[in-house]
Amino acid sequence: MSTALANGHTLDHTKTLVNDFSIEIGTVNGSGSQTANSVLMRTIFQMGVPVSGKNLFPSNIAGLPTWFQIRANTKGYVARKAIVDLMICMNPETAKDDVLKLAAGALVIYDEPLKLNTLRDDLIYYPVPFQKLVTASCPEPKLHKLVKNMIYVGVAGQMLGLDMNETKNAITKQLKGKQKAIEINQAAVDAGYAWAAENMPAQNRLKVVPDNKTTGNIIIDGNAACALGSMFAGVQVVGWYPITPSSSLVESLIDYADEHRRDENGKLTVAIVQMEDELASAGVVFGAGWAGARSMTSTSGPGISLMSEFIGLGYFSEIPGVFFNVARTGPSTGLPTRTMQGDIDICAKCSHGDTLHINLYPGNMSECFDFAYESFNLAERFQTPVFVVTDLDLGMQNWMSKPFTYPEGDFDRGKVVGEKELAAMKDWGRYKDVDGDGIPYRSLPGTPGGKGAYFTRGSGHNAMALYSEKPEDYKELVDRLRAKYETAKQYVPKPIVDGTGSKRGVLAFGSSDPAVMEARDVLSERFQKKTDYLRLRALPFTSEVDAFIKESDVIYVVEQNRDGQMKALLREFYPEAATKLKSVLHYNGMALDAQTIVDQINAFEK
Amino acid sequence: MTTTAPAAPTNKLGLTKQDYVGSKSTLCAGCGHDSITAQLINAAFEMNIEAHKVGKYSGIGCSSKTPAYFFNQAWGFNSVHGRMPSIATGACVANRELVNIGVSGDGDSMSIGIGQLVHMIRRNVPMIYIIEDNGVYGLTKGQFSATADLGSVLKHGTVNELAPIDPCTLALELGCGFVARSFSGDPKQLNTILKAAMAHNGTCIIDVISPCVTFNNHDSSTKSYKNAKDHDFPLHELGFVQFNELEQVEIPAGESKVVTFPDGSRVSFRALREDYDPTDRFGAMKVLHEGVEKGEFLTGLLYVNTQKPTIHDITHIADMPLVHLGQAALKPGKDVLAQCMDALM
Ligand SMILES: Cc1ncc(C[n+]2csc(CCOP(=O)(O)OP(=O)(O)O)c2C)c(N)n1
Ligand code: SF4
Repeated sequence: MSTALANGHTLDHTKTLVNDFSIEIGTVNGSGSQTANSVLMRTIFQMGVPVSGKNLFPSNIAGLPTWFQIRANTKGYVARKAIVDLMICMNPETAKDDVLKLAAGALVIYDEPLKLNTLRDDLIYYPVPFQKLVTASCPEPKLHKLVKNMIYVGVAGQMLGLDMNETKNAITKQLKGKQKAIEINQAAVDAGYAWAAENMPAQNRLKVVPDNKTTGNIIIDGNAACALGSMFAGVQVVGWYPITPSSSLVESLIDYADEHRRDENGKLTVAIVQMEDELASAGVVFGAGWAGARSMTSTSGPGISLMSEFIGLGYFSEIPGVFFNVARTGPSTGLPTRTMQGDIDICAKCSHGDTLHINLYPGNMSECFDFAYESFNLAERFQTPVFVVTDLDLGMQNWMSKPFTYPEGDFDRGKVVGEKELAAMKDWGRYKDVDGDGIPYRSLPGTPGGKGAYFTRGSGHNAMALYSEKPEDYKELVDRLRAKYETAKQYVPKPIVDGTGSKRGVLAFGSSDPAVMEARDVLSERFQKKTDYLRLRALPFTSEVDAFIKESDVIYVVEQNRDGQMKALLREFYPEAATKLKSVLHYNGMALDAQTIVDQINAFEK
Repeated sequence: MTTTAPAAPTNKLGLTKQDYVGSKSTLCAGCGHDSITAQLINAAFEMNIEAHKVGKYSGIGCSSKTPAYFFNQAWGFNSVHGRMPSIATGACVANRELVNIGVSGDGDSMSIGIGQLVHMIRRNVPMIYIIEDNGVYGLTKGQFSATADLGSVLKHGTVNELAPIDPCTLALELGCGFVARSFSGDPKQLNTILKAAMAHNGTCIIDVISPCVTFNNHDSSTKSYKNAKDHDFPLHELGFVQFNELEQVEIPAGESKVVTFPDGSRVSFRALREDYDPTDRFGAMKVLHEGVEKGEFLTGLLYVNTQKPTIHDITHIADMPLVHLGQAALKPGKDVLAQCMDALM
């Protein structure tokens, strides 16, 4: 049996896919499937096979459909794979659709009473009597619903050849010392395994064999990585308001700080205040930044919209603060729990008036950690709000990563003058451009000595921080802010450029990276199309971007939004290159996959 | 013969009143807000406040401009409309040694900023929060604010048909530990209240009726000088004694009640109205509501509770101001990262 694919290739179903396939599990939100899915994914990871996991969840606490996608790939491709090789159907409500969308030849494990095998005859079915197995393996009826999911871990484990010792380790790790829970879950896995060994026909299509490609790696999500980076950056004040997919960033920080950020009296060295809304969270960031603390908030698009007035004030009156934006598509503009690179524009220019911000775009877990750390240095160096822009895919999904490297060196606290420096300065002026780099010197409230006090305002002011409505003072000020933005080019993370001299450029950023890497290989191997790749990691655009744009004949700008927001920014800063820029877009709420990029680039080159 | 001017009196820090002034006011001549500024200067001078430790905050409005007019040696932050409480909250947890003084208007506080005000009170952010209450939006030229009384009339004849929000009953309801009302035309009482507020550790809500001479001072306005003078009923005579003066001054006993602040300073109340007890929250509510019924506006220190935990207690932060902690205290070591990584393998 074989299946024709859109790209002209065929899938050969007689071939065994070793350490290279995808699993999708359809369950019900709140049914405890998270644990089962993590255990399944971790088992593969612990067998040394590169893996990634994506949770597609609804905006709901319990009862609505949820899917989990696991991709194992020996080459380390961790982007979402559009084709599902093994479907596990646990949710009666979606099971029919889940089966109908599969490519021919896919394997399906399902709850026996659902009778899915009548739907199509080009799939390979494995009915499992889940209820019977649960009843037999778990003595407590009220836990049946929860452990039912662990049965499929055992069934799939037997079917794929998973190492059950690693499953055992994964359960222990997942349930951290809760002995009773560990036993109950292990019993369910064992029951599934034993049943499959005895009753299921062996299959040769999908196999996991031990490898050594994950040794020493960690599994983490981007929010936890950003939280760690912030903790090591010495964040002192956090004002926040819960919003998926960003809440777990501050919640991870609360946990980490609880353990690692206490003084000798056991008191916290960071104040984390849950505010009444995002307007107030932004106020806390700037109040604390103004007072001299390293401050941050974490939010998502709707929160940034609310914060935007304050962000303009922070920009114009030059106050440091870090804004994590874990982007999603809505609500008010879309799906609240799906991923999107939809806030490129708003973060680049957030607020009314002329505003331009430093933005950082981490593309993997190490960068989430490093850029979170670095964002505090940049905010204080440039006395300005700095955005760390991630998205739901980076922030909440499970990613494999090399362990993070300790950030050596000292914090960059920027140009802060204390009592001594002030005494030595002849004519202190808060907004004077002393060094010609656009960055003035600032003093902090509470500094003794009778010098240095100034008045912060979002209205017109001159270099001495005095109220002014003079046209020349205003122009001088906003021109200096622009000069400061230019200076930032020397400090922000440079893009990663992988050139082959092909003049066919691909420009992408953030969570698109794994899909772009894979797409480049496909384009090169199957279509003999070489590409040059620039992975953008920050705004402002640096000289490396200038050069890349100049050297390429065409630049495919890959991004996960409808309007090509990054392309629009590039057109604004590089108007001469406007005709070279082509948009490769993906915006249906799902994470980007390689095939989408390949197809769109091929379509441009027809 | 030459005469030398007598030296200006100094306070315990050796500072003169001149050391507490700010830039020249740009408000309308006769604006109530300027009298409040004057009392802030007097109170800070008398209380020996170290100006460099003061954070001055405001939102947007005529009232919110006034922090520029006092304490030149303090850092000031004129923020966005109605959202000064969150700025002050951030600064206050960043540096717990700051003395925080916020000036707002009734528009700033009771409409766009009411959410932030409410939550600042809940968190008991240590700060003096003055509402310069004129019943109108001065800076946008005279529209009604949410404290305008039912039936009050604008210059051009528009009648207010919405019931007002009373900042003091609201603050009491929220459990604020220091609630006062005063009148910009009563400098003595205002001065005493401000001094007591400077001794208090927690949020102090001070609603000061402060007529807008340009848009809301006609006879039919309930927030005009005339109306305020006619309907102002002090609840008590206030006496304030700062901690370091306690040795010399005896507080009158008898019918007065004394409240002691954590630093040892004391306020004494000699009740003008029977049985007024400023430590009784329910009693204060009752008296306030009765006042509204009778068309009086009651002034004085309405309620005080010196024992409430502040945001510093609630966040469990270090005793040392966070901004004074160095990198050694803020950046965990290599071992901590290794430990965190191990847990994720
Ligand atoms: C977001 C926003 N909306 C509206 C305004 C316009 N505005 C400026 S001051 C003000 C009202 C001020 O009234 P109040 O706080 O009572 O102060 P007053 O001028 O009476 O002292 C308004 C609505 C603004 N500055 N910002
Ligand atoms: S308009 Fe009213 S509130 Fe504003 S300065 Fe003039 S008198 Fe004062």
